[in-house]
Amino acid sequence: MSLIARHLEENGIPTVVIGSAKDIVEYTAVARFVFTDFPLGNPAGLPGQAEMQKAIVAQALGLLQTATAPQTTEAAPFQWNGDPGWRAVYNRVTPENAEYLRQKGEARRRMMLAKKPQTD
Amino acid sequence: MDDPGQPVGYMERTRLYYRALGYKADYQWAHNETAPFTPLAKPLTEARIALLTTASPLDGSNKDAKGWRHVWSAPVDPAPDALDTSDLAWDRETTHTNDRESFLPLAAAAALAQEGRFAGLTPRFHGVPTEYSIRKTLAQDAPETLARLREDGADAAILCAI
Repeated sequence: MSLIARHLEENGIPTVVIGSAKDIVEYTAVARFVFTDFPLGNPAGLPGQAEMQKAIVAQALGLLQTATAPQTTEAAPFQWNGDPGWRAVYNRVTPENAEYLRQKGEARRRMMLAKKPQTD
Repeated sequence: MDDPGQPVGYMERTRLYYRALGYKADYQWAHNETAPFTPLAKPLTEARIALLTTASPLDGSNKDAKGWRHVWSAPVDPAPDALDTSDLAWDRETTHTNDRESFLPLAAAAALAQEGRFAGLTPRFHGVPTEYSIRKTLAQDAPETLARLREDGADAAILCAI
């Protein structure tokens, strides 16, 4: 998504990215970025919270107008309202799931190999 | 261990996860020190804005016979009730994507346009694939997205990355 934003900017269309993976968006570097500190999946606001979603879009619109230089990041003033330990959940690796993940990776590689066109 | 209250370090998290799956080479994200910048050329109240998503249509029509995803577009009105996020990386243990507005806020944007904050949405929103291949994104999806935004007369774009 960040690469698409950069391409649009290079070709004269101003952009603002709304997203929750701050490190990845900033590593790729975009013109304007509204960072929403939520679990991945709901960048534009918590499910069912229409007023919050509207405020986040309004913030993105504001940034289109006010940013004067690239790589302008603003954080939305909202927090996840569920499990306070959510940051540790996504794609976590623990001693308990290490063997499960190793097997999952092997199964995935076998599946990709089976999908490859046969040459003989 | 992540610092509580600090943004999650997704690059490091992803590296550790794929190493645990047994992949030998770490994914290389596109990296840039600087970014291109285009100022908004007209007042926001006169600007027509496109919304972009990384989700797919429920009927899978953005996929070709080999399963590759392509840029797709659909009308903003009527907005789709739901979109397919099953191909995307998001936190399935903590949240859900059943509220389409939580990742593609068409109604929120339309309400703001109605209030006069900007001129209105473009007639279509656009879906862009999240690709492992940086080359495919740059060679195919980015130019295709630009062409569709120009066709729609977009003055600016809001990109919502799941």
